Amino acid sequence: MRHALIAMRAIVLREALRFVHQRERFIAALVRPLVWLLVFAAGFRAALGLSISPPYQTYITYETYIVPGLCGMILLFNGMQSSLSLVYDREMGSMRLLLTAPLSRTWLLFSKLLGSTIISILQVYAFLLAAWLFDITLPPLGYLTVLPALVLGGLMLGALGLALSSFIKQLENFAGVMNFVIFPMFFLSSALYPLWKMAESSELLHDICAANPFTHVVELIRFALYVEWNGMAFFWSALATAAFMALAVWGYDPARGMMTRKG
Amino acid sequence: MSLQVSDLSFSYGTKTALDGVSFSVGHGQFAALLGPNGAGKSTLFSLLTRLFVTQTGEISIAGHDLKTAPLAAMADLGVVFQQTTLDLDLTVRQNLRYFAALHGLSGRAADNRIDAALERLGMEERAGEKARGLNGGHRRRTEIARALLHDPKVLLLDEPTVGLDVPTRGALTRHIHDLCSDTGVTVLWATHLTDEVLDSDQVILLHRGEVLADGRCGALRGDAALPDYFARMTGAPV
Repeated sequence: MRHALIAMRAIVLREALRFVHQRERFIAALVRPLVWLLVFAAGFRAALGLSISPPYQTYITYETYIVPGLCGMILLFNGMQSSLSLVYDREMGSMRLLLTAPLSRTWLLFSKLLGSTIISILQVYAFLLAAWLFDITLPPLGYLTVLPALVLGGLMLGALGLALSSFIKQLENFAGVMNFVIFPMFFLSSALYPLWKMAESSELLHDICAANPFTHVVELIRFALYVEWNGMAFFWSALATAAFMALAVWGYDPARGMMTRKG
Repeated sequence: MSLQVSDLSFSYGTKTALDGVSFSVGHGQFAALLGPNGAGKSTLFSLLTRLFVTQTGEISIAGHDLKTAPLAAMADLGVVFQQTTLDLDLTVRQNLRYFAALHGLSGRAADNRIDAALERLGMEERAGEKARGLNGGHRRRTEIARALLHDPKVLLLDEPTVGLDVPTRGALTRHIHDLCSDTGVTVLWATHLTDEVLDSDQVILLHRGEVLADGRCGALRGDAALPDYFARMTGAPV
């Protein structure tokens, strides 16, 4: 057990060190949602009228509405990025090294996931701080209650990235992942517009959004930021997390030999 | 036997990569896995390091069956991969600490071993340098020092001299031979370069997924030079 914990700490620390060394990645992770918040939201505020819906008690501006969605966006991009960096050959080498450690593969993958989740969460808090500086504030307690929701969301999206990385052969396919996973997941969710608004334009789109696990992560974060509990969002997020983790473990199962196809 | 491979076969779909491969390497022996490109060396290494699971056949490392006791087997195995697996943004010492932790070593115990391993490879002065700043030879030495941290009984090296200049290649080859006789570690060294093999080494000649010959290099080649013997057996131009 001690061995397993020493290894987990080292894996998490390595993720953190890697992140510290890639300053551009941190800046990009912070600037991306801020651009959305300050530019995109300003334009959309005029076009979209939002009425009061839970967990909001009063009329809110569009900027306030999309804060949870942008938190989700950070988790999504970061989860994909840290896992997809595995597709690089150099990174694949370090993955090979990791997988030769005398510990169960599930534990090693989980440790890696935990590392990238912690990095994601630090970025979300940096973003929330920046949003606060721009006068988009939340209930003080919300900054604390959102933490478990961020952990779950980070694990879910990290596990999805890890699962994808075991199936993607080359880095060139990253563009495909952007087009077919990240963008649909982000745009077909409640991150940018409330679901009822979606229903006004298309019932089908609404149903797709409602089934998207990313929607549930965003809603879980949204409610948690306002110190409220959303049981359904939690249930679906947890279920999706378990499913993606199982997929990642399966993808990296030596019996299937993901490396066989990597050549 | 420190390393035993019995009747190992593996195919990628319909393409057979290894066909009934069997050999064993004794304690403290340097064995060269010699074969031209595409002979199946990399597949064999992937199976030995458990990146793939064996389809048929058995592998035993230091007496542990890789299928039934994989963690015990991996704990006795040191690996130097063909491609570099150092984190270039970390220092030599940080790289080694990370690996030590994967094997459950931390704190002073890990540091002592790191110092000893670096000293053995003549790398102690570079411990604080970033891996990115090291030349190819020093990166390789760092990886070998790392692979020895947990005192493995079996050391696998997959074409470790690729991309190195001739003097560095010679020094590295000599070093691993010395290591073998000094510490009693069993070495399996994959290569397609005949000048890395000594007459006293065991040679396992792999060609198109099959073992063509297995024995002492001196006895196998007889009066012929090893490159000629190798060319004759594999039909490959040297």
